[in-house]
Amino acid sequence: MSRLKELFDTGEFVVTGEVAPPRGTDLSGMHASVDLLAPYCHALNVTDNQGASLHLSSLAASRAILDRGIEPIFQQTCRDRNRLALQSDLLAAWSLGLENVLVVTGDDPRAGDHPHAKGVFDLDSTQLATIARGMNQGHDMMGRDLKGATDFYIGAAMFPEAEPWDVQLARIEQKIEAGVRFFQTQAIFDMDKLQRAVDAVRPLGAKVIAGVLVIRSPRVVKFVNEHLAGLMVPDHIAERISAADDPAEEAIALATEQVRDIRSIADGVHVMPLGLDAAVGKILTG
Amino acid sequence: MIITKPRDWARIIQNLESIGARSVFLMGCGQCATVAHTGGEKELVETAGRLTAAGYEVTGWTVGEVTCHLNGTKLDARKHRDEIDGADAVLVLACGAGVQTTADAIAKPVFPGLESLFLGTVVRNGVFEERCQTCGDCVLDMTAGICPVTTCPKGLLNGPCGGMWNGMCEVLTDRECTHVRIQRRLTEQGRGLGGTLAPKDFSTALKPGGVNIRDRVTHRRAGDREGAR
Ligand code: SF4
Ligand code: SF4
Repeated sequence: MSRLKELFDTGEFVVTGEVAPPRGTDLSGMHASVDLLAPYCHALNVTDNQGASLHLSSLAASRAILDRGIEPIFQQTCRDRNRLALQSDLLAAWSLGLENVLVVTGDDPRAGDHPHAKGVFDLDSTQLATIARGMNQGHDMMGRDLKGATDFYIGAAMFPEAEPWDVQLARIEQKIEAGVRFFQTQAIFDMDKLQRAVDAVRPLGAKVIAGVLVIRSPRVVKFVNEHLAGLMVPDHIAERISAADDPAEEAIALATEQVRDIRSIADGVHVMPLGLDAAVGKILTG
Repeated sequence: MIITKPRDWARIIQNLESIGARSVFLMGCGQCATVAHTGGEKELVETAGRLTAAGYEVTGWTVGEVTCHLNGTKLDARKHRDEIDGADAVLVLACGAGVQTTADAIAKPVFPGLESLFLGTVVRNGVFEERCQTCGDCVLDMTAGICPVTTCPKGLLNGPCGGMWNGMCEVLTDRECTHVRIQRRLTEQGRGLGGTLAPKDFSTALKPGGVNIRDRVTHRRAGDREGAR
């Protein structure tokens, strides 16, 4: 059974990190990152062609991380594969021992390093979650029996700060109905909005892992605002980083405060260190 | 209607040069290409002038009534037989369907003079938007008359995606997110927030489409085998 699920079930405050597979076959950088994060994290999210840019597959990288002794969260986007390939990869994931799957839509190819690619989007994330749940029940999306079912712990993304909230809320309810049991949120800057989301989700039986982004410099603020879809760094935080003598130290202090706040609101925290992997320990224990 | 735009002029000249053509007959279209200002009388006269200036002889031109109509185009071609006979090539200012009926109707090299873009809505004169991809499995009943297949850049049936911000689209940042618009209209009409739409049947959009109401054969596209009986 998914350790992530077990931890949630026992009421543990869950800590997850994130690793991006390399663009190439050399896994040493990814492993170095895993080794830095592993002592502080219960599980690591392995991104799938992050930012619509070419990386080694999340499937292979998730297995490599499992072999290194830490539980992966296999991420699957709807951008690059049709329904046959997605289902086939879900079966592969389960056979490789991957028990958590995070289904997301995926950035548009126009935002990535292969802007001429055809965005597939044969399915959307809600439909993919429904299919994963069906596989847990022993059948494919056409209703045919599988020789051997899966038993995934299914997660999806959530965006507590993106208005209009009523539309977001309807989406969240849809996803839970589709079989989603935990949500990983976009980076949180406004704890009231996180609280609002948790209050809505908890009664429906799903868990919320709140995202924390380490914004180590004004340049990163600019990058987030311009290149990360569905995310804006609020002015007061951008100013705090740019006014600091040591922006990186300030970013670590800010992230540490955010993690502390999140502990009393959500079920877990997901740290996205954006290159400051070495500071994750401090952020989580501070 | 079918939205077209003028084809790159250098490519048109290249096409004519490829067969050593010196004289050209022009075919336009009285329907979509006229409304799109790409293949009506005015554009044909302009194109004739341009070809003449480039040293070509224009033997004649006509605005086909409905150029994508095969028999109509055959009739138009017959009316202009002498001008067509005197030309080395025919340049068609119509959509790809019109180019093909012309190529079927006239036994001469036929070249496209326009690029065919999409099935468009005329928002106002000269402003066209793509709102339907003729998918053969319409979901507008569920989406308050706003097509997610076409107007959401990712074509998601259930949304918004994670890139939506303040109601605006992640990909086309100056446009409202289709799914926010759908949900707003559904709510305004008291139709709730809509359910989850099931994965789309893409077999209905397989090419080439075909309908034959004369023989009571309603097969639409290659994937739609049952209806073919
Ligand atoms: S759902 Fe299909 S048929 Fe209906 S408007 Fe959209 S593309 Fe056209
Ligand atoms: S923001 Fe809305 S319209 Fe734009 S790609 Fe995402 S779901 Fe589609």
